[in-house]
Amino acid sequence: MNPDIMKERQNATFDVEKLTYILDGGPEKTKRRREIESMVLNDPDFQEEDPNFLSRSERYDQAVRKSAQMILKLREYGIADPEEIYCYKKCVHPDRPEPLDLHLGMFLPTLLNQATPEQMDRFFMPAWNLEIVGTYAQTEMGHGTHLRGLETTATYDPATQEFVLNSPTISSIKWWPGGLGKTSNHAVVLAQLYTQGNCHGLHAFIVPIRDMNTHVPLPGIVVGDIGPKFGFSEVDNGFLKLENVRIPRENMLMKYAKVEPDGTYVKPPSAKLTYGTMVFIRSMIVGESARALAKSCTIAIRYSSVRHQSEIRPGEPEPQILDYQTQQYKLFPLLAMAYAFTFVGQYMSQTYQRISGDINEGDFSELPELHALSAGLKAFTTWETNSAIEVCRMSCGGHGYSRSSALPDIYVNFTPTCTYEGENTVMMLQTARYLVKSYQRAMAGQQLSGTVSYLNEAEHQRVQPQPVAARPTVVDINDLASLVEVYKLRAAILVALAAKSIQQELQRRKSPEDAWNNSAIDLVRASDAHCHYVVVKLFTDKLGEIGDTAIHSVMSTLALLYALHGITKNSGDFLQAGLLNVPQVLQISIRIKELLAQLRPNAVALVDSFDLHDKKLNSVLGRYDGNVYDHMFEWARRSPLNATEVHESFHKYLKPLRSKL
Amino acid sequence: MNPDIMKERQNATFDVEKLTYILDGGPEKTKRRREIESMVLNDPDFQEEDPNFLSRSERYDQAVRKSAQMILKLREYGIADPEEIYCYKNKYISNHHEAMGLHFVMFLPTLYSQCNPQQARKWLPVAESFQVVGTYAQTEMGHGTHLRGLETTATYDPATQEFVLNSPTISSIKWWPGGLGKTSNHAVVLAQLYTQGNCHGLHAFIVPIRDMNTHVPLPGIVVGDIGPKFGFSEVDNGFLKLENVRIPRENMLMKYAKVEPDGTYVKPPSAKLTYGTMVFIRSMIVGESARALAKSCTIAIRYSSVRHQSEIRPGEPEPQILDYQTQQYKLFPLLAMAYAFTFVGQYMSQTYQRISGDINEGDFSELPELHALSAGLKAFTTWETNSAIEVCRMSCGGHGYSRSSALPDIYVNFTPTCTYEGENTVMMLQTARYLVKSYQRAMAGQQLSGTVSYLNEAEHQRVQPQPVAARPTVVDINDLASLVEVYKLRAAILVALAAKSIQQELQRRKSPEDAWNNSAIDLVRASDAHCHYVVVKLFTDKLGEIGDTAIHSVMSTLALLYALHGITKNSGDFLQAGLLNVPQVLQISIRIKELLAQLRPNAVALVDSFDLHDKKLNSVLGRYDGNVYDHMFEWARRSPLNATEVHESFHKYLKPLRSKL
Repeated sequence: MNPDIMKERQNATFDVEKLTYILDGGPEKTKRRREIESMVLNDPDFQEEDPNFLSRSERYDQAVRKSAQMILKLREYGIADPEEIYCYKKCVHPDRPEPLDLHLGMFLPTLLNQATPEQMDRFFMPAWNLEIVGTYAQTEMGHGTHLRGLETTATYDPATQEFVLNSPTISSIKWWPGGLGKTSNHAVVLAQLYTQGNCHGLHAFIVPIRDMNTHVPLPGIVVGDIGPKFGFSEVDNGFLKLENVRIPRENMLMKYAKVEPDGTYVKPPSAKLTYGTMVFIRSMIVGESARALAKSCTIAIRYSSVRHQSEIRPGEPEPQILDYQTQQYKLFPLLAMAYAFTFVGQYMSQTYQRISGDINEGDFSELPELHALSAGLKAFTTWETNSAIEVCRMSCGGHGYSRSSALPDIYVNFTPTCTYEGENTVMMLQTARYLVKSYQRAMAGQQLSGTVSYLNEAEHQRVQPQPVAARPTVVDINDLASLVEVYKLRAAILVALAAKSIQQELQRRKSPEDAWNNSAIDLVRASDAHCHYVVVKLFTDKLGEIGDTAIHSVMSTLALLYALHGITKNSGDFLQAGLLNVPQVLQISIRIKELLAQLRPNAVALVDSFDLHDKKLNSVLGRYDGNVYDHMFEWARRSPLNATEVHESFHKYLKPLRSKL
Repeated sequence: MNPDIMKERQNATFDVEKLTYILDGGPEKTKRRREIESMVLNDPDFQEEDPNFLSRSERYDQAVRKSAQMILKLREYGIADPEEIYCYKNKYISNHHEAMGLHFVMFLPTLYSQCNPQQARKWLPVAESFQVVGTYAQTEMGHGTHLRGLETTATYDPATQEFVLNSPTISSIKWWPGGLGKTSNHAVVLAQLYTQGNCHGLHAFIVPIRDMNTHVPLPGIVVGDIGPKFGFSEVDNGFLKLENVRIPRENMLMKYAKVEPDGTYVKPPSAKLTYGTMVFIRSMIVGESARALAKSCTIAIRYSSVRHQSEIRPGEPEPQILDYQTQQYKLFPLLAMAYAFTFVGQYMSQTYQRISGDINEGDFSELPELHALSAGLKAFTTWETNSAIEVCRMSCGGHGYSRSSALPDIYVNFTPTCTYEGENTVMMLQTARYLVKSYQRAMAGQQLSGTVSYLNEAEHQRVQPQPVAARPTVVDINDLASLVEVYKLRAAILVALAAKSIQQELQRRKSPEDAWNNSAIDLVRASDAHCHYVVVKLFTDKLGEIGDTAIHSVMSTLALLYALHGITKNSGDFLQAGLLNVPQVLQISIRIKELLAQLRPNAVALVDSFDLHDKKLNSVLGRYDGNVYDHMFEWARRSPLNATEVHESFHKYLKPLRSKL
């Protein structure tokens, strides 16, 4: 063990193990998680070559091998609880996406939700046993977020009782679905349904795309990999062009909507049913933000505790870079954010579970709010995390740029969360729509409940920016409850400002749609402030659940840092609204420096609590033992370019060059 | 040509070609640049496979082939002017770097500037004819920015008149130099010089590392590639471990410092001589920021003009995404920034050229200021550009994530500028040191000149934040001169605040070094404000040189957008200092929306003016003709995973799995 990092651990003021229990949700959960992890990490069948040393095709190959193994082992060990499967999978493919993700995460659940009993009989068991490997083909080359714009058609032919599927244009080619390019032999295809001359909008169809035996694409199917990407190298994101592909009528998923043999269309009973899945996925992404951030902070903070550089005092040995104020200022607010997002992720998944019970019983009353909240928080947490990972990487200096740090991989595999499952700006605007509607309802005298209930309060009347003097400043910058209050007021004021902008546009005789578009900047800002408030509030609420005094103390410091740092980054908002005055903003800057110094001795312990196994981190910089340099050298020597002492290009190009000059 | 993008071009209010002349520095320069470009782009010897489809080793191989070709062609065409060589190189490497970059950029220039006449006679002919291929080995695994910390030793042995070079520890292994791993047969090695029992600090030595004929590493040399990185896949960044490697005394570069045959050390006349190169490289990086940003904006804006998505008004066709206010708000400030940085880059290279004449004549008077300015601007422009590239990428939705967009490549090859040639935070602190010293000199009554002369002014006495009422608000938010003034005052106030923080720490009996470290956050903030002021000022100054009315008008709009957007992003600073009042900040938000709408018709023309050839952009999204989807499909079909219809993993893993379940 590196002596620096050992000393860091001795300086911690709290019990790391106990904090891990809190993060896992109890000691039993920690125990079970570790059991599952050691099952995978000690299993020789899951040994792998570092993907960074492999070609794209080899990476895909290795991932398929491991996925196949994983399916066998899960059956063998009888692991069936979704949470445990998730945990197992996260170890097999250490936070890397894999070719069977869509089969497990979308194809099987879609069958469960939308197949009729007869369809279940035909498709589910073959799919469960991987004879049918499927994916979910929704987005097209020219169409993403806006579902109504999709162009693929499925036209019913009553003569043969078949649907005829077509990709009528280049832009209608299905594009991006994971596992579509090489892995799947079936796809759930979303297409515009035409029957009896009418279009009935998007419906889902099970389309065989490859021969079950030879795996060769079927007639009329043009399918393949969409090519290399920023990350996701293990996944064969694919394209699919349909040319008069005929499938039996029974291949339309007909649990809800139906097409009768004669072509009569039968409407589904409710449109809200598919809503839930989206909310679930977005809630999960909040948790993924937390995990990506926890990993990045672990790597950057451990490395900063063993890296020595430059000098603070001349003549003295080079200090640990974690002793530089600028390094603390980069990393500790992100560490605080990692904890904040972890708790927000827990809240979202608990809330989803609570509400999904209601939904199954037909009670949709809480869904709109959770839908709005999950959209905004998905955007807020992924944008923040996306920048944060890069700050962590660059805080490791040049070595962060090496693939051996793992930070490039974390980034490239995380960053699509900003654009998939709802592009972030669109997400922010969805939340804004809910906020503005709620605001208008409150103004009309209705009583709001839930996270937007603050729009009821008298304070929201004070939306006009005004000098501080006119507003009694009661904010105590050391009191979290007081800070939650200012974040709330900021959100209320920005929602009101956005609503006012729409109002002004309407008064200029703009259409409601143009008024909305011309206020979009303000709307995104309002959503952002709302989400920020929710995060500060949930972090503060969480403190109430923590009994251990030492942990409560360090978590309170982190929460305070999170809240105050957010204020300095947005101080214009708080000053402009008169929520804080200038001396307070100056005080906050000084207070932040004190908090950084206060957190310094606990920094390594706080990342240790995330309890991320070295094999999961897969980072030479983030190793638990801090022995960075030996392992970096060892890793480098395995680089494929070092397979030979002299690269062939010397003989091919460089040596011949001499005689020509 | 895509009809949308054609229409965009018809709407432009200015002559694109004339703006290109301004960016190139005159019509003759544009003409010559295009001549060189067409030489490369039409040359079949430079045909290449898209590197994204190749393995690391194949990418390296292709890059070496092209470098060798390039050297031949440069000779053949007699291109010798450094600027033209740079242009030529830039064309053929497009978004990538090359293995022999360090030979040109560091090895040869080091020989030119640090060889004594005998050494020049020995080394220059062999290096210029590429018998000797060299690199510059400075950074070590454990040591980067802080040169004094380097551990490699060169100990003089008078008995044999040789230096003995050693890497005494793991952390002293040379790490990162480009071209070191596989390409070079020599390296300039920076090592601590020991002679007659004393250490004389860092000196440069020419060390043969591979056999000139067989290219096999020489005895005592452990050399290789450091492994895959985020980007720079074409470059064999290397490691070098020296084990009692003996080189003749004459291999120490002795133009300045010397070691006599008996081991007597002779000091160099001045330490400032190596200073100039650093300033030069950092100034160049400012220009690179502008180019990376210009490319990214070109791709994102062209694509946004042909991509249709969602709906603003129900029932109407899907609008171009460039019509969404949020999209304009993401991209137009970055477009303005691209122009700003282009002009700053021009200023820096002109200033460097002017000053370097003085330096050659021994006049170093202007160097400290340029040194400080280049450090800060390097950090400011690279950080801003780094985030901006990713905003551009994500503004293209999912397709930005495909390697076919070129944006991932632009990012990964640009991002190291934030950590190399001086880590950005360290750079900001260097500038801050100059600012604080200047401030103290001004306070002591000295008259300052140059970019920091504003610290002389009476206004800087007004450093205490104070209510707006106490300060006559004369700011006209539509007048650039007035905005330059507020940026200047903001910088002055933040410099004073940082100086005050140091003062307060000293009063608490902290050592000067601890006082500095405890004020580092404020110091970085002050530097940032200083650089921001310089950029706004230089952009504004540039407008004065533009005679064409139409171009002047659109450039003024861009400059105004740049300045106002910067204010809203930092509104806390301006409010806190009482430089702007709340109604003004609200007005600015509204004004920005007007400017976005005003720029909308010129957006495509403004990126066309960068005149980036399609082959250079190498982006299916950024194509000049806007025919995105056809080419995306065509590109994808060339993906290596599509080389076979059925990937071997199906037969190896997926099919056998069925029988086991």
